[in-house]
Amino acid sequence: MRIFMEQMLNGLTIGSFYALIALGYSMVYGVMKLINFAHGDLFALGSYLGFTLLVWGNAYITSHVGLAGGMIAAILIAAIGIGIAGLIIERIAYRPIYSVGRLPAVVSALGVSIFLENIIMVIWGPRYQAYPASVVPTLRFEIGGIHVTLLQIIILILSFVLLAVLYYIIQKTTFGAAIRASALDRDTAALMGINIETIIFFIFALGPALGGTAGVMVGMYYRQISFTMGWNYGLKAFTATILGGIGNIPGAMLGGLLLGVFEMLGSAYISTAYKDVFVFLILILVLIFRPRGLLGEKVAEKV
Amino acid sequence: MAKDNNKMETIIRSEQEDKETDKINEVVLETDKLTKKFGGLIAVNNFDLKVSQGEISSLIGPNGAGKTTVFNVVTGIYKADGGKVLFKGEDLAGKKPHQIIKKGIARTFQNIRLFSNMTCLENVMAGQHCRSREGTWTSVLQTPGQRKEEAEIKKNAENRLRQVGLWKWRDELAKNIAYGNQRMLEIGRALASNPDLLILDEPSSGLNDKESEDLVEFLKEIVKENLTILLIEHDMNVVMGISDWVTVMDEGKKIAEGLPEDVYSNPQVIEAYLGKDEEEEE
Amino acid sequence: MKTNRNIILKNWPILIVIALLTLLPFKINNYWIDVFFFFGIYALLGLSLNIVLGEVGLFDLGHMGFMAIGAYTTAILNTAFGIPIIILLPVSAIAAGAFAWLVCSPIIHLRGDYLCIVTIGMGEIVRLTLINNPFGITGGPNGVFGIDFLSFGGPLVIDSSIESYFVIWIIVGLTILGLVNLQHSRIGRAWNCIREDEVAAESTGIDVRYYKLLAFVLGAGLAGVAGNIYASKLMIVSPESFSFMESCMLFCIVLIGGMGSIPGVLIGAAAISLFPEIFRTFAQYRMLIFGAVMVAMMIFRPGGIWPRKRGAVKFESLLIKAGEENG
Repeated sequence: MRIFMEQMLNGLTIGSFYALIALGYSMVYGVMKLINFAHGDLFALGSYLGFTLLVWGNAYITSHVGLAGGMIAAILIAAIGIGIAGLIIERIAYRPIYSVGRLPAVVSALGVSIFLENIIMVIWGPRYQAYPASVVPTLRFEIGGIHVTLLQIIILILSFVLLAVLYYIIQKTTFGAAIRASALDRDTAALMGINIETIIFFIFALGPALGGTAGVMVGMYYRQISFTMGWNYGLKAFTATILGGIGNIPGAMLGGLLLGVFEMLGSAYISTAYKDVFVFLILILVLIFRPRGLLGEKVAEKV
Repeated sequence: MAKDNNKMETIIRSEQEDKETDKINEVVLETDKLTKKFGGLIAVNNFDLKVSQGEISSLIGPNGAGKTTVFNVVTGIYKADGGKVLFKGEDLAGKKPHQIIKKGIARTFQNIRLFSNMTCLENVMAGQHCRSREGTWTSVLQTPGQRKEEAEIKKNAENRLRQVGLWKWRDELAKNIAYGNQRMLEIGRALASNPDLLILDEPSSGLNDKESEDLVEFLKEIVKENLTILLIEHDMNVVMGISDWVTVMDEGKKIAEGLPEDVYSNPQVIEAYLGKDEEEEE
Repeated sequence: MKTNRNIILKNWPILIVIALLTLLPFKINNYWIDVFFFFGIYALLGLSLNIVLGEVGLFDLGHMGFMAIGAYTTAILNTAFGIPIIILLPVSAIAAGAFAWLVCSPIIHLRGDYLCIVTIGMGEIVRLTLINNPFGITGGPNGVFGIDFLSFGGPLVIDSSIESYFVIWIIVGLTILGLVNLQHSRIGRAWNCIREDEVAAESTGIDVRYYKLLAFVLGAGLAGVAGNIYASKLMIVSPESFSFMESCMLFCIVLIGGMGSIPGVLIGAAAISLFPEIFRTFAQYRMLIFGAVMVAMMIFRPGGIWPRKRGAVKFESLLIKAGEENG
């Protein structure tokens, strides 16, 4: 039982990473009907930004704000930096193509993804880089018989706070309603007076920002980062998006958490080697049997 | 001997005429208590329709009455939730659209669905897909049989293009021709499958008066080809001009049917089209 | 007889290209012959994906999975049972095609973007499964080695660069003939109709499900053939050759060349295989440039470098019109 609960906790931790990344995919796809392939690489870029700050800027940071400050600074820099990156990418690579068609948009997104992945490789090298071990003190607690580290607690709290805030914004505010409306029918939303520019700004800044934050957290949790992590996490986060219902923001959160749990349970009880296969199988099965995901809406095509 | 042959011919011909008289009364399409729901919305509600061989039948009604939905169920795009669709006596339940066109029902769409980046000729050639057979391997190898069939398809398509007046646009991409021509092209594509029943969804929508008149003349001509036509129309001139029979739908139900002039003056029909405004004023 | 002469005269650019390709390997060194061999492989793969993506418009980002099935079928059956490569060529094609049929049947109805994701998943599942060495037959991350050369019996063994070059390009040539024939048949027409408007296609009498599956099976079969030739040339196959990034490359070949356009696919394949060679000195930066080029292409020329021409086909007109075929 104890192992099960610990695996659940691990699953939720990973799940919260997936959830944060998945939000980016979901928001962009919902409103723009575009699979932002570059999003995973933005997440990776965030991770590397945090790395740069904490390792290359280590002396400077710790002397000025201390360890905790360093962690906060890393997260903030990653969030803001990647948010800006997201906006730039939208402006340069996506905006000119919206009117052309779905397929060129897919290719463009792939192009951006390849570009980003290789920029990371060029700047930070093809080898693994590692976050410092000392960012968060390695304290272990025992809560209700289950072992949990301080890092996990911080990550879980931070993730849930972010998810809760976003959930509140999306579900309970007028602006959130505007986003949901745009995700359902962008043109009508625009006709109803919703400023689509603002919506686009929000989704292309916030989505990547959350992804960047997740990047730093992943760096702190796993310590090893590589320029290919964008694809690894990206694809899984996208699976989470589909699982929850693409375009549906609470769905992305739910999908992410569930996927993390499934992956952990699968790897613990079935096989570690095939855990990625397991994840993709979930993806395919969901798409075959319930393509709208857990929380998604059924959309019929008008003939 | 010759005289006897002539007698035989006369007998055969009068037998054929009798058959055709029978045919005129033969029911080609029939829906029986047809029902279609979308979630809680009943789009088509116990709808009965009869279309007889050789006639031009119109289905009219205010927007949202469910007319296109009926067409979509008949042509297999939607599955009925209740009732039946019978074509020449055969139940069409569970058949997919490509099977239904093979049986002899061809259709056009309200929003014109052409193959935009293909030429007009290719669009009409596509219409013959269900009337041709050559498969993958004979096509890869371009066997003599395949080449012969392909030439025939091309010839038939060219004839259809001439018939709908689009011969000069045959090599033009469908998306580049004028709107009115696009409507005719879609009809041409439908005709290419040699249907027994042609279903047209608002064929005169977007056409100017002259084009609508030409369309009416065209439909009157082609119905002589042993064809039956069922159309959805909003343009009353078209409806009055060619219909042998009119069925009126409102909110999924049939509210009237009969000869055009009778339906036109039917108070229920008038209310269906205009009555809603009165209610809103209250 | 007159028609044949007309055909030859009209298509003189093609004949020139064929002549060049035939003479080329005698003028360059082995290194470059190999580069052109891989150009041929990419060309075959691009043509195979073109059926699915170019003709029918299905977003297939897992196509290397089919090649992997073909390559590994050849590799395993050859090293384990000594079956000659030449026999394994159709076997690999059939294996890949059967796999495609099995795997695509349940998902063939999915809408564009979703199908895209599933194909990515499929490709990854194939690759990951191969890495994990199920039942010990795939050799894990190191793959399978010791694959024989292709041999036609007796002295005709394909063991040199120049011979492999001719084998692949003859196959590519035959494939192009077959595909052009398909384009001008009701099969090709049906495919294009599906790409333009699925609902209209179905209502016009095309069994959409059947034709989509047909495209996948044919595309997979050709990819399987590519896998077979690739395996016997390299004598070793490993999972990393069939990664998602490679599937992306194929995708780009078809798109950048021009959807559904056979000359376009060849240009795309040339770009992909010759491009890294030209940029060898800037090895690090070439993918960077490649990504940027992809974006730029979609902004400025989404129709591709050589879009498919319909209607009156004129080879003399090399005027490239912008955006004639768009997604």
